[in-house]
Amino acid sequence: MRAPLARVTGVAAPLPLTNVNTDAIIPSVYLRSESSDLARGLFARWRFDETGAERPEFVLNRPPFRRAAILLAGENFGCGSSREAAVWALQRFGIKCVVAPSFADIFYENAFRNGMLAAIADQAELAALIAAVEAAPEDAQVDIDLEKGLIVRGNALRMGFSVPAFRREALMRGDDEIASTLRHAKDIAAHAAADRARRGWLYRAIAPEGKSE
Amino acid sequence: MTRGSTLFEKVWNAHVVKRFDGDRDLIFVDRHILQETTCAPAFAGLERAGRPVAHPELTLATQDHIVSTEPDRTEASNPEGLELMRLMRANAQAHGIRHYGIEDTRQGIVHVIGPELGAALPGTVLACGDSHTSTVGGLGALGIGVGTSEVEHVLATQTLLLQRPKTMRIRFEGGKAPGVSAKDLILAAIGRFGIAAGRSHAIEYAGPAIRALGIEERLTVCNMSIELGARLGLIAPDDTTLAYLAGRPFAPSGADWELAAAEWRALASAADAVFERDLAIDCAPIAPQVTWGTTQEDVIGVDQRIPDPATLADPERRRRSAAALRYMGLAPGDAIEGLRVDVVFVGSCTNGRLSDLEAAAAIARGRKVKADVRAVVVPGSASVKRAAEAKGLDRVFREAGFEWRSPGCSMCVSINQDVVPPGARCLATTNRNFEGRQGPGSRTHLASPAMAAAAAVNGAIVDVRKLAS
Ligand code: SF4
Repeated sequence: MRAPLARVTGVAAPLPLTNVNTDAIIPSVYLRSESSDLARGLFARWRFDETGAERPEFVLNRPPFRRAAILLAGENFGCGSSREAAVWALQRFGIKCVVAPSFADIFYENAFRNGMLAAIADQAELAALIAAVEAAPEDAQVDIDLEKGLIVRGNALRMGFSVPAFRREALMRGDDEIASTLRHAKDIAAHAAADRARRGWLYRAIAPEGKSE
Repeated sequence: MTRGSTLFEKVWNAHVVKRFDGDRDLIFVDRHILQETTCAPAFAGLERAGRPVAHPELTLATQDHIVSTEPDRTEASNPEGLELMRLMRANAQAHGIRHYGIEDTRQGIVHVIGPELGAALPGTVLACGDSHTSTVGGLGALGIGVGTSEVEHVLATQTLLLQRPKTMRIRFEGGKAPGVSAKDLILAAIGRFGIAAGRSHAIEYAGPAIRALGIEERLTVCNMSIELGARLGLIAPDDTTLAYLAGRPFAPSGADWELAAAEWRALASAADAVFERDLAIDCAPIAPQVTWGTTQEDVIGVDQRIPDPATLADPERRRRSAAALRYMGLAPGDAIEGLRVDVVFVGSCTNGRLSDLEAAAAIARGRKVKADVRAVVVPGSASVKRAAEAKGLDRVFREAGFEWRSPGCSMCVSINQDVVPPGARCLATTNRNFEGRQGPGSRTHLASPAMAAAAAVNGAIVDVRKLAS
């Protein structure tokens, strides 16, 4: 089981760039070891210069966005590789939810599997929220309610977002997907047995006692 | 009247264990290949939950991403990668999974060894914790690239729970011009349709130009489905496919071969099958392609000039384009031909197979790499390396001044020591030109193997057709 996620309240950082790829989210140097500091690696090339010093202009280096819990992003967020560390790095940094007009397929799946909300928002509404947060960073606190499907900032701004019902429920329950799938172990075994009867060649070809071993 | 099924639908539907709401299907996985950089947390997760590997006999593991490519390497040649290499080795052994380490004759990049071992077969579902698993679509297999949680899911259940993708077809009409490769066709398609065109779709590549391709070229096309935004890409199996697979170690043989072949021949999309998106591109006018920016859709023919961001209507695209030019150290209106290169890299799961090395060697033969250019050839697998050496290609490359290294992902992803220095310009046969992909500050231009070899001997990007004649 993972911790259920029903509500995210925190600072929302604007990063309205299109096609932010997974190499930008977490550069490959941070994939070399199990013990890499992924929080430091998040957007490392944008956050730090060659000497490792912070680039003061980058959004996550500016108060209050240094403690962002929500990222307001552009179209096709998370394109590129399947590296799940892109999601882990966001989470280690403290981001619990990314709001974007669209996401790349694998990133989208990876987010939910790790209990992160990838919320799809209307482009114009999201642009308005980003403009509001940029205009008044001291008021960057945003509340996201999964049950109601609402993003709220102060009294002035309310907008919806879309998330498939099954994903929302799984997040709110904190489902472990493997445990859920294993509840269908009988169906899987039945499929495997039927397939083995139908396509025996497929299993004989790779059997450990097969010709090539 | 019911319509016939597409290739994708036939393969997918045969693997559905159970349907769920939200258009999700639980899909049975026929083959699972592991690589060392995305599986350690998956095994740790299994251990925490006390779950066994459901089907170790359907699983393979190979070292590719983080291995050193030094000629006489050991695992210790890349000390930084030791932890991940040893973890996979130990996990594979503990669970009875075949492991092809750098000492093994079958080692190589996951997407190169899958086809060459016959582990990827038409009509099968193959999963791997790497986005370019779509490569095996060149054989008519459904290659699904997954993240680490899904690797754990496959290990524990031999299934994947997936959103059913929509169907899409790209027809490559006409024939490709001489000197133009499969890489150029797919790059041109990405330039035309964009890097998000295939999102949430499974792409079938069809048309006369695709049918005319050999299997290795089809693997190149399907490899870059990810660069079109799709997770899946495939090509219907035909006689070329069967000829390629016959006799491969994990391909069926004898009476089993006949059974399998009959099934494979029935996989092609029905003539009246309907695709939710149907696109076409004319191949005749396509020139050798080179990317100029930091996404794969920033691509032009080698005879063209770098586009001016000021001509773009959309402000965000204008900003992105200008930022890409800045990063790449280029100006609008510059010719791409004649641009000096510091590094040339031939290899990767896109273009690291024997025919790719042959194409590069044909240009390198009898020529010399320009001084100040570092030119590197990394075969996609140990088997590709042996085959190339048997043909004397290693000598051709060495005599021309190329480095001839050991198989792995190498400079494609730069998580071993093979890195492009900051600010250096590299012509690479890989699939990603993102900022920093080949090392911090590296500038990557994507192109075909022949174009790469041509740039190495010319010291600058050049239309390979001028050298080939
Ligand atoms: S060669 Fe590059 S793209 Fe292919 S699997 Fe290796 S790192 Fe990924």
